[in-house]
Amino acid sequence: MPHLNKSFNIKARDFTHAGEVSIHVQNILKTIGFHPSLIRRASICAYESEMNVVMYGSDGTFLLTVDPEMITLEVQDQGKGIENIELALQEGYSTATSEYREMGFGAGMGLPNIQKNADILEIHSDPGKGTRLKIEIKVRAG
Amino acid sequence: MDNDTLKKPGALSLLEIQRALNAQLLVGEDKLHHLFRACTGSDLMSDILNGPTHGVVLLTGLNNIQAVRTSVIAGVAAVVLVRGKQPTREMIDQARQHGLPLLCTPLTMFSSCGILFCEGLRGIDRNAPIRLQPAG
Repeated sequence: MPHLNKSFNIKARDFTHAGEVSIHVQNILKTIGFHPSLIRRASICAYESEMNVVMYGSDGTFLLTVDPEMITLEVQDQGKGIENIELALQEGYSTATSEYREMGFGAGMGLPNIQKNADILEIHSDPGKGTRLKIEIKVRAG
Repeated sequence: MDNDTLKKPGALSLLEIQRALNAQLLVGEDKLHHLFRACTGSDLMSDILNGPTHGVVLLTGLNNIQAVRTSVIAGVAAVVLVRGKQPTREMIDQARQHGLPLLCTPLTMFSSCGILFCEGLRGIDRNAPIRLQPAG
């Protein structure tokens, strides 16, 4: 099992390339040979967090760390931040614009989907300054 | 609905799905005999990521490249654009790059769902109650 650190940049409001980082992460995890269900959980966490940066952040960074015990995703931006984290974690709550809703986003499931698929989720946010997510998924159950 | 119009749960090939929906096949010529047992329909990205969508057919009206990428992330095995939507060249290229069959049908979401259900595909909520006879 390799130890791996890989970082990516995410460009705000670049919908042409949005999601490419997550697909790249998915391919890395497939190459390592993780179980498909583990790959799916990590990929969903990656995608939802990446799309949050694209839609609501400024440009951001995405750090993937893999070790024998844990897959860790650290996603950070200097965007508008989250006013109320508890509210943002509620299914159905969304601050998406009509433009984003027309694209199929804005169901208010982004953070809830991450929470469902992560073993540990840390959210740090300063309104007006940015948001940092740390998502940890255990390689082995228990 | 009677047993003559509703087939028992089974599997459909991509070719059978294409024919049932009168769909145009844009990507997936090499997977026409691939079998599918379940289907889901949604116009919300997060729905695609929420639930057991790995290996299913996705019916969607979301005609943008994010629909393709979300499907790849979720492990969706084929995407059918409904309501006569025509994908962009970028969507076709992305689907082909990831080996994701991509079709488009002139039918609505409701009709497409109904046709595939009658042909034997079931939803991702496989234990959903189905009443075959009217009440009373």
